[in-house]
Amino acid sequence: MVMETTSAVADKIRCDACPVMCYIKPGAAGACDRYANHDGKLVRVDPHVILERTVSHGGKLVPFSRTEDWDGKIVHEPSTFVTAIGAGTTYPDYKPAPFIVSSEIDGVDMVTVVTEGIFSYCGIKVKIDTDRYLGPETATVRAQGEAVGHVTTSEYGSQMLSLGGVHHLTGGSKKEGRVTCDTLMDLANCKAVELTIDGGASVVVQAGQPPIVNGVKEERMRVGCGSATIGMFAKQWHGKVDEVVVVDDHITGVLSEHQAGKLLDIADTGIKMKGRRSTPGRYFQVADPGTGWGGTNISDPLAILGPFDAKEARPGLSMLMVSTTGEHSSYYVLDEALKPVETEMPADLKFSVERIQENCEPALCTVLFMAGAGGSLRAGVTDNPVRLTRSVKDALTRVTSGGAPVYVWPGGGITYMVDVTQMPSGAFGYVPTPALVAPIEFTMKLSDYAALGGHMDYVKPLSEVQNGDDVRQLPWQNPIPGLRA
Amino acid sequence: MTRLPQIALLSDGRRLHLQDGPIDLIVEARGRADAVRAAYEAAARRFTGLLDELCAELAELRRAALPAACSLEGTVARRMYAAVTPYAWDRFITPMAAVAGGVAEEILGAMLDVATLDQAYVNNGGDIALHLGAGEHFSVGLMDRPDRDGVMRTMRIDSDDRARGIATSGRHGRSFSLGIADAVTVLAATASQADAAATVIANAVDLPGHPAITRQPANALQPDSDLGARLVTRGVGELSRDEIAAALESGAECARQLFDRGLIEGAVLRLCGDMLVMGTKDIEEQRSRPSVLENAVDA
Repeated sequence: MVMETTSAVADKIRCDACPVMCYIKPGAAGACDRYANHDGKLVRVDPHVILERTVSHGGKLVPFSRTEDWDGKIVHEPSTFVTAIGAGTTYPDYKPAPFIVSSEIDGVDMVTVVTEGIFSYCGIKVKIDTDRYLGPETATVRAQGEAVGHVTTSEYGSQMLSLGGVHHLTGGSKKEGRVTCDTLMDLANCKAVELTIDGGASVVVQAGQPPIVNGVKEERMRVGCGSATIGMFAKQWHGKVDEVVVVDDHITGVLSEHQAGKLLDIADTGIKMKGRRSTPGRYFQVADPGTGWGGTNISDPLAILGPFDAKEARPGLSMLMVSTTGEHSSYYVLDEALKPVETEMPADLKFSVERIQENCEPALCTVLFMAGAGGSLRAGVTDNPVRLTRSVKDALTRVTSGGAPVYVWPGGGITYMVDVTQMPSGAFGYVPTPALVAPIEFTMKLSDYAALGGHMDYVKPLSEVQNGDDVRQLPWQNPIPGLRA
Repeated sequence: MTRLPQIALLSDGRRLHLQDGPIDLIVEARGRADAVRAAYEAAARRFTGLLDELCAELAELRRAALPAACSLEGTVARRMYAAVTPYAWDRFITPMAAVAGGVAEEILGAMLDVATLDQAYVNNGGDIALHLGAGEHFSVGLMDRPDRDGVMRTMRIDSDDRARGIATSGRHGRSFSLGIADAVTVLAATASQADAAATVIANAVDLPGHPAITRQPANALQPDSDLGARLVTRGVGELSRDEIAAALESGAECARQLFDRGLIEGAVLRLCGDMLVMGTKDIEEQRSRPSVLENAVDA
């Protein structure tokens, strides 16, 4: 629902779809919830979503035409796929799923069992592209002060969080369950959520958007660890600077000592690094983790250096210090006392820093929803739930969530993961259990559906759903689920 | 007439679906096959044009129902007016508070005029008009925790009970609410009376001035809302157990008054997972007015 603004009053429109003749404000729906004002145009926004396969990007809601009232036929032309969003559900699902739809796709008589699953066993895996320190592994992740998940492993250039799950949803206090449910639903619906990590950072997470760590928006992923960066750029630095230190919370790289520098016959510089040396030119733990240079807690990079060794170092020796993303960089020249003095960086070194930045991909948060389809949900699809599981494993039945492709975990049950940005907006809901409601569709050949004990007497043709006046069309780029590319 | 309602049997072949503009009805009649067919035909006939009839008097229906000053003419409009007048003396209420129940009742009446049925119901988006032949009963389930087997509470309505109407109102429904109740379900003699009473009780479940409750003028959301600039509930933040209990008690006090005036047969009030039941049949027999506060989520 939109917020009131005085200027928007002028933009309200009058719906003439029925004699109620509602005045509808921009972004709002009329009394029937079937027609809405979308940017000043009257559109149908029915609760049941049908995704329309459009070849080009930027498809729109079907406009309502005054002269020729839309009768649903427009969806007959492009292939359509019925999603579960808005299908509604009953639980326990001993009853057939709310909509079991048959449609012809490329001549194959397909069945889509459409239901909205209620998932107590569900959660969200978040991948946050950042080198900044978010918190120790297994630390509790909180939303509004309530425990909603934990920090799990670090992955390449990113930190993983595991949120939700039945333990937080129903195993803790009532408030913990409710906040967890809200957090999961907001993240799944691509909204921004602020999370705090015990002993770590505060981070704003939103699917498909850069993370905001302690109030600072993360711009890019590091190109590699400090050692890898040395390897990648050693040739470009050769002859332009005597020493390069790539500051990294994981492995800080030092050009003159690194294998890449040795191969280029770069001379020793007498540099003394703090931290624990791993192999030549690679240092662990040069500082504590933090949100400063390269995911460390330092703001002055010289803090990770000891005094230069007078036997090797000489006044005038030049040194570039740079973080793994190129976000931080400084250039130094040693004075007579062999102390580094910050100096303006030569243009060709600036260029190399920009090259590091350029090679860092945009930092994003990615949100995967993960849930398991329980026995009763499966019973809504077939008389014999385990056959549905087997059918999925045998790749006869394709599982989708809001029309988006899913990854089904091997092993027992139907446990799947889906990228929430691939799903139509507002696809997730909740029940007060608390548990999340997510769309799930099973698509298979009609003959396979019959063979696995499907509710054949509840199958209805797609046209009946489309003409049922309860459909909303969305543009859709993905291939039709159930069809192999 | 250029615009015809949608009239179709649902895929189970038993239930009739009638839809026109904002009206969406699910109808089921049980009895002899020819009686059911006749009843469905009558329902479809009465439904056609019903929305136009209401809209002809829409401006008047959206005005406060002043007692003893009814200028409405349509039968449904007059029924809506009659259902809300018991409340019009001491508060703002328009006949629109009973529109859903009023329509359900009208269609059920049209069916019963032409056929003798064992049982029938007309469900207008949760506001339901019931018919029960002698010895018949309906079980009405209230479901609060859909993850558990069975319904939370079943209300059995027998043919010798007075209740023939059920309605639910609250802030999550299609209409705006002045209160904060998640849902108030009311049993009353007729669907239109249940509809009006559910609206009134749901409005009374409230914590006026509470900072966690966000409200907006109704006409800022729907320019032609019958509630005008009155503040309607848009969000309910965190409430303490005591506050939830206080808001429910405020609604319960309203419900008890309506019960004593004979306007309702019972009510179930729900807010933030807590539930309060009052005046069901068993309680009525004890001639007391207890209200049982229970926690439906931790149960």
